[in-house]
Amino acid sequence: MNANVTELVVFALLFLTVSVMGFVAAKWRRPENIESLHEWGLGGRNFGSWITWFLVGGDLYTAYTFVAVPALVFGAGALGFYALPYTVVVYPLVFLVLARMWSVSHVHGFVTPADFVRARFGSPTLALIIAITGLVATMPYIALQLVGIEAVLKTMGVTGHLPIIIAFAILAAYTYQSGLRAPALIAFVKDTLIYIVILAAVIYIPAKLGGWGSIFDAAKAKFDATPAPGDGITLNANNQLQYVTLAFGSALALFLYPHSLTGVLASKNRGVIKRNMAALPAYSFLLGLIALLGFMAIAAGTKGVVGANGKVDNNTIIPALFDQMFPDWFAGVAYAAIGIGALVPAAIMSIAAANLFTRNIYREYLRKDATDAQEAKVSKLVSLVVKVGAVLCILLLDPQFSIDLQLIGGVIILQTLPSVGLGLYTRWFHKGGLIAGWVAGMSAGVWMLYMVPNPATGKAHFGGSAFGLSNLGLDTKMTIYAGFLALAVNLIVAVLGTLLFRALKVADGEDATSRGDYFADEGDPTVKDLDLAASH
Amino acid sequence: MPDDKSDRSPWNWLLLVPIAIPLMPFLFNSDEPRLLGFPLFYWLQIAFIALGVATTTLVYQMTKRRRQR
Repeated sequence: MNANVTELVVFALLFLTVSVMGFVAAKWRRPENIESLHEWGLGGRNFGSWITWFLVGGDLYTAYTFVAVPALVFGAGALGFYALPYTVVVYPLVFLVLARMWSVSHVHGFVTPADFVRARFGSPTLALIIAITGLVATMPYIALQLVGIEAVLKTMGVTGHLPIIIAFAILAAYTYQSGLRAPALIAFVKDTLIYIVILAAVIYIPAKLGGWGSIFDAAKAKFDATPAPGDGITLNANNQLQYVTLAFGSALALFLYPHSLTGVLASKNRGVIKRNMAALPAYSFLLGLIALLGFMAIAAGTKGVVGANGKVDNNTIIPALFDQMFPDWFAGVAYAAIGIGALVPAAIMSIAAANLFTRNIYREYLRKDATDAQEAKVSKLVSLVVKVGAVLCILLLDPQFSIDLQLIGGVIILQTLPSVGLGLYTRWFHKGGLIAGWVAGMSAGVWMLYMVPNPATGKAHFGGSAFGLSNLGLDTKMTIYAGFLALAVNLIVAVLGTLLFRALKVADGEDATSRGDYFADEGDPTVKDLDLAASH
Repeated sequence: MPDDKSDRSPWNWLLLVPIAIPLMPFLFNSDEPRLLGFPLFYWLQIAFIALGVATTTLVYQMTKRRRQR
């Protein structure tokens, strides 16, 4: 396929505009001193409702989501729609939890989930485990954002790795320069573009394909014709449990990711967070519509672009649908939306990963007397290293490897729930019990993922997250989300371990937080006013 | 500990509704009845977004007022 000039020009223009914005962002809301980690990493913690809405929305709903969810619906049908209940359930679920996290973090100056665990359970070991889990889960996620950009470039006929290297070099440069301000500012453009593109897509494309009814009928006809038992436009008896546990497990996992927390902690007060829990579902609506693009691609007979390995790359389905349906200039806008959509979360994720390393590994183990300026400098360097690592992942390894890793990432980040999520509510668990639970949950989770084959791609292991209950000796074809079961194992071991360590009178860590810390709000004397330099 | 320094409120229990309802496939796992061409599975789950927004907004408004008193 030859490169499409119109699409490319529109894409490049929008991409460059956004890059300039990224550099200018350092001056936005005028921080007097961006040299401290709080300024750089958390944008001064003074973001109001609107900025937080764009920032967290841009952070959670990534380019990979926009590419992979419809690709999953295209391939499997109803099961891929789990992304919708997942993002409906998550906000009421964390409504109160995040407010507590905000308060305790602002009283004690926490920037990462591991900071919290360190203080709550008085255990550097447990904090290190949480930090490493976060890093391992986040790294492949950053790499996957590149898969999103690559899918778009491939569809435009641009091959080779140079464009991706350039895109990420620009990203790295402005994150280094502007910290969290860059993605916050760019998120405005990204989201505006995405909303325009998707609303146009759901009005324009169904009109060309004979209406929604015929789109669903075409999808139904396709799935009826395939021999695969798990697909269809509704669920069957065997994958309902998978659907529910995947949606619920993903919802539990979402705000355990360090980058989700970075966006939340940057907000001004508890009210901003609670209001956002009511407003963020606007993105879920968008995501639901995006998922349905997968059915449109079926009805339109869209074919994905054939990759370098000779196989059709399913991730190019949606870009290919846009190419087929939209005029070239608008397809260019759509591609820019996806491409820019990759930059926002990639920037926030690399900042979150850098904070984890700096605070929970560098300052804890390598240099205990680091000053604020040193911390910020290390953090900025690590965020560069993280992005170079992500690019290398894509260049040197099979992209499938990143996708597998991200799948594992979701399962392993769930294993921090007892320490981080439940830890916000109760100090009942013993640090030893939590560590034992983590080890058990991790082992169980990775083993279950290893046991999942994917007949469609011919893989024997790591073929998805749908763990067959028959592996446990049950006589059924039902599947369940591996992460959910692993979390159950984790919790049981953590409870038993806690009882055991208590009975043996093993010393537990000190809790540095007190009850009132979890309800403190903006203006309270205990809440650190870290944003003075940035807000005026 | 003064009482206004707490998230406690009976309204919070309402949050369980938009968590539980979308996780019950028997409510929506069907093609019929269709709405504007959308099978029940899709339009009802999209409608659950409104349920989530309404509940979260209600709980936020009610608990906010309680705190100010």
